[in-house]
Amino acid sequence: MANIPQKVVHKYLRHNKKFPHVWCPGCSNGTTLGSIIRAIAELNYDRDGITMVSGIGCSSRMPVYVDFNTLHTLHGRALPFATGIKMQKPEQKVIVITGDGDATAIGGNHFIHACRRNIDITTIVLNNNIYGMTGGQYSPTTPTGDRATTSPYGNIDPVFDICELAMAAGATFVARTTAFHALETQDIIKKALEHKGFSVVEVVSACPVIYGRLNKKGGGPEMMMHMRDNSVPLKATEKMTPEQLEGKIVRGIFKQVNKLEYCDAYANLMSQFNVKEEAKK
Amino acid sequence: MAKEKKEKVVENMETEVVAEDTRKVVLMQGNEAVARGALAAGLDFYAGYPITPSTEIAEILSEELPKKGGKFIQMEDEIASICAIIGASLAGAKAMTATSGPGFSLMQEGIGFAKATETPCVVVDVQRGGVSTGLPTKPSQGDIMQSKWGSHGDNPAIVLYPHTVKECYELAIRAINLSEKYRTCVTLLLDEVLGHMREAVKLPDISNVRIVNRLRPTVPPEWYKHYDENQKYISPVASYGEGYRFHVTGLAHDALGFPTNKASEVAAQMKRLKRKITHNIRDLVQIESYMMEDATVAIFAVGICARSAKAAIKAAREYGIKVGLLRPITIWPFPDDAVKKMLRDVDTIIVPELNEGQLINELHRLTKDKADGKIIPIQRSDGEMITPTHIFRVIKEAH
Repeated sequence: MANIPQKVVHKYLRHNKKFPHVWCPGCSNGTTLGSIIRAIAELNYDRDGITMVSGIGCSSRMPVYVDFNTLHTLHGRALPFATGIKMQKPEQKVIVITGDGDATAIGGNHFIHACRRNIDITTIVLNNNIYGMTGGQYSPTTPTGDRATTSPYGNIDPVFDICELAMAAGATFVARTTAFHALETQDIIKKALEHKGFSVVEVVSACPVIYGRLNKKGGGPEMMMHMRDNSVPLKATEKMTPEQLEGKIVRGIFKQVNKLEYCDAYANLMSQFNVKEEAKK
Repeated sequence: MAKEKKEKVVENMETEVVAEDTRKVVLMQGNEAVARGALAAGLDFYAGYPITPSTEIAEILSEELPKKGGKFIQMEDEIASICAIIGASLAGAKAMTATSGPGFSLMQEGIGFAKATETPCVVVDVQRGGVSTGLPTKPSQGDIMQSKWGSHGDNPAIVLYPHTVKECYELAIRAINLSEKYRTCVTLLLDEVLGHMREAVKLPDISNVRIVNRLRPTVPPEWYKHYDENQKYISPVASYGEGYRFHVTGLAHDALGFPTNKASEVAAQMKRLKRKITHNIRDLVQIESYMMEDATVAIFAVGICARSAKAAIKAAREYGIKVGLLRPITIWPFPDDAVKKMLRDVDTIIVPELNEGQLINELHRLTKDKADGKIIPIQRSDGEMITPTHIFRVIKEAH
């Protein structure tokens, strides 16, 4: 065989999984998957030591393509599954891939409680403002007034700010980035993975085929350009007026604090007993 | 004459407790017996949410599990609890949760996931009375059908049903053993009164408890198939973090665990889920025949109703009525053969149950003579027990 130079991502993709993937043309999920893989590659994590867990939705189809321990669970339930894995094997690096509907609607309760426990799981929320897999119904992050197949007259629901929600619920690392800023995403995910505690990274994503079409946002490239032109780094917001900030996506790390992690707290609890090492399977 | 028949005949009863330690007699509640049994079977992980009348199981395990290096977590709801135990099991733990009706309803999607992905775990349902919130502190046997059909799709079930505190202990061990052996979610159904009742129990020495662990792969990771089609319906299972890096999904999946829409691969999965139960009926089904040798009247009952039945049988035998009890210990898969034999052997069958006719329908399924009054129901769903007197009266009328 010819000596084809391999990209970093190829090392982490499954060779026995039948491609192509499920994502539509113009979808930004693949770009974000690339950022996640490159962050892991930079940290030089062992593939056996990573468990990637997802719920249901477009972004949640991600684990099947990567060569880690992978688990594709029920709608909204990725975090409790991940909690079980992390508790049982605290040495595993557990990454949860979820979407806006998966994390904040059906899985909202699990999301806030995982934040509260500060269990060492990195949750990456790919927020495309829509239920893509089911064909475009409004989600808790669909902007008020926007169209979805279940809001043909415009969405009347106020929206969730995923980062505000995570911070208020007690997550100890909270950040937002966009799929367009792939290198920044890579960097932030790397920091989130290195953080000991519950980390949330919201990646603003593009769903041109459904959300974009319903709301006349253009195709994949146009939606990427929109992310570039309508987002501002956290630092820049200091000098901006509320009027200037209107409608802007603020990117950056909003919160990074050290607090006792949940598995450590449990280990502390256990330390009062003479637990034999062999009990830790 | 009645006296000679007193000892119970247990057919196909491979007990998990090899020998009892007669010195260790303790007064124990059914819920406590479940917790102690699970610990004896090697429970590593418990996740749960408080609900009457099952809460004592969580309380005891929160105290005991950390002492042996096990994990206990109280989750935000029952959905999270079932998901957490499946996650822990995939990471190698023997995992369990306990709940009651409303929580059992919430867990159904997760139970289906455990069965579809062939992940060992145990769900204890201490049944409470009524539909919806119902009667939290009263008994019922209303979840018999839910324990089989509660989760959507065809999902063959293994469900065990104790009738004494001692049996709670033994069947908790057996539930974990069967979940490990068959790679599935096993349900243990308790009656509320059994969960809360205290009885003297002889606890065995731990060395006398038969413990089953899931088969582990012996092949290198590149050969590993999470659902090996060459194995006879149950294949060895790896855990996360051991180098096997497999995929698990609730979607229909192929032998490697990857999602598939291909009819032949989906059919293979469905066949495996079904046949690992139907091809092992002999191992799975346990029944107790009590004074059935000469019986012309049989009582068919589970759990607490079987205890009322035994008292009624003793009384009826004093009057010379030849009555016995057939009690399924495994209610799913249903003991079809034993029930068919009973239908042939006796003139009348009385079915006392604390619901509006769940067990009796299974008997109707197995017989054509529904209309001739051979099968007599005693049904109660008002939160009160069916008393021995009530059953005795019906026996006398039927005789």
